[in-house]
Amino acid sequence: MKQFIAFVKKEFYHVFRDRKTLLLLFGMPISQIVLFGFALTNEIKNSKIVVCDYANDVATRRIIDKMEVSANFEIERILMSHQQIEEVFREGKIKLVVVFPANFNNSLAHLNKAQVQIIADATDPNTAGTLTNYASSIILSYQAELQGLQKIPYQIEIDIRMIYNPELKGATNFVPGVMALVLFLISVLMTSVSIVREKENGTMEVLLVSPFKTILVVISKAVPYFFLSLINLAMILLLSVYLLNLPIKGSVLLLFAESSLLIITALSLGLLISNSTSSQRTAMIIALLGMMLPTILLSGFMFPIENMPLALQVISNIVPAKWYYIIVKSIMIKGLGFSAIWKETLILVGMALFLLVVSIKKFKVRLV
Amino acid sequence: METKTVISTENLTKRFGDFTAVNEITFDVKSGEIFGFLGANGAGKTTAMRMLCGLSNPTSGKANIAGFDVYRQTEKIKRNIGYMSQKFSLYEDLTILENIRFYGGIYGMDRKSIKAKSVELVEQLGLKEEATKLVRSLPLGWKQKLAFSVAIFHEPKIVFLDEPTGGVDPVTRRQFWDLIYAAAERGITVFVTTHYMDEAEYCNRISMMVDGYIKALDSPANLKKQFGASNMDEVFYQLARGAKRNL
Repeated sequence: MKQFIAFVKKEFYHVFRDRKTLLLLFGMPISQIVLFGFALTNEIKNSKIVVCDYANDVATRRIIDKMEVSANFEIERILMSHQQIEEVFREGKIKLVVVFPANFNNSLAHLNKAQVQIIADATDPNTAGTLTNYASSIILSYQAELQGLQKIPYQIEIDIRMIYNPELKGATNFVPGVMALVLFLISVLMTSVSIVREKENGTMEVLLVSPFKTILVVISKAVPYFFLSLINLAMILLLSVYLLNLPIKGSVLLLFAESSLLIITALSLGLLISNSTSSQRTAMIIALLGMMLPTILLSGFMFPIENMPLALQVISNIVPAKWYYIIVKSIMIKGLGFSAIWKETLILVGMALFLLVVSIKKFKVRLV
Repeated sequence: METKTVISTENLTKRFGDFTAVNEITFDVKSGEIFGFLGANGAGKTTAMRMLCGLSNPTSGKANIAGFDVYRQTEKIKRNIGYMSQKFSLYEDLTILENIRFYGGIYGMDRKSIKAKSVELVEQLGLKEEATKLVRSLPLGWKQKLAFSVAIFHEPKIVFLDEPTGGVDPVTRRQFWDLIYAAAERGITVFVTTHYMDEAEYCNRISMMVDGYIKALDSPANLKKQFGASNMDEVFYQLARGAKRNL
């Protein structure tokens, strides 16, 4: 035990003396959260739009007001003629124009029918689609207001509920994704580099000649990174709760326990990589290239796995981050307990055990 | 006075597939002796040494280190030996004291004696001022002296040195050998591989390995007499000339 403590202490010295790596360790989750939270978002806020209002009556003014107060739109100008519309689009700043024909309120009141035109700049089809949806939902909400006053005998009401994420926040999707990505990659990378470093420096031989148990070398290498990853996790959660207003619905304790499981899986994988390579550079390339893409692509965080070809769907099952991503979403966003995620947990436990056993076996083989 | 045998091997052999790296070597090393293990690159020195340290399992033959069997008692052997590798083997990003204490720690020494002995050691080496500086900042010669001192910090019975003085200037090498002599006087047996023939002269006895065999084993003076040579270089050339493995 004394030997173990001495070794772990040494590992912590390594970590804290290496300022650049430490910066990377803590800078990565922060920058990822901030990037995903503010830059890479599907939500469109304060988009500048133009209204072309030929009617200028009670109804159109009410709809325009509603658009003005929505967080999605900011009304730049109100035009009075159709000619200017094309000019507005050419300038490029405006992505959407809403056109109300003359006598809008009249026809609505007397014919029970009125038309409104929404013109969107579809050079970016996703943005155009999202913006037109926002606009039509505002118009529909005005219609609902009117219907509240009148009695129409037959009416089908569609009640759409976005459960777990009623505001359709992008954060609910990417925070678990970033957690999976950051925790997994950092743990794999750090451990794989740290054992290979001992080999490169020639210190590994000295360790092997010492009475210090080889299995303890492997375990004590993982200890500091385990704790650092937990700190990382706490940081990501704090950022998501306080900066992105994404509360943790389920048990924080369970979340930490499951995350520890992912970290252990990742650390074991890192150990396996470092036991199979002989230079820090190779280890780093394998850890980064070999792990980054599958983790990003196949964890379900960026692209839905259900839409992938069958082969990729099968392969995605061996990506630990995929299971962790499901677990985190269940705990954080749906607020589910352990009974809902025991299957995924079991899979992760299996992966961790398998990797750990193989990497320790591999480590021993090298001695003979 | 009868001196104890601390290393004894009998027909010790290591094969990698068809290749026999070490071929039936048999020798004894006495306690407190400085035993030089010489040979060209690829002669099998490092492989032999790795077997003696318990890093590598012999294919056949017997070996007994510090009273323990290399097949069954490697853990006990490890407790009784020190090792300094070819590559410089301290942690550059740790201070001198931290390195000493770390190695003391993994050899299971208790905290009190680690503390007392490490202070004593840096004073002995004249590194008291530098004790809390990173090893990275030390000149190579000092690093090697420190690495040796760390290898014998836990007072092993035997210390194995694998080409310890590579890349070091002659003056520092001489100082390094002073440390080796001091250790031998304290009763630590020194087993050293080297390329430098002047260093061979410093050893009590040397063995010459060629193509996995031990071709000669005696004191430097006797070897020179045996081969009619005026220095160890000539002895080495005469023996190594017959080598079939490419140098």
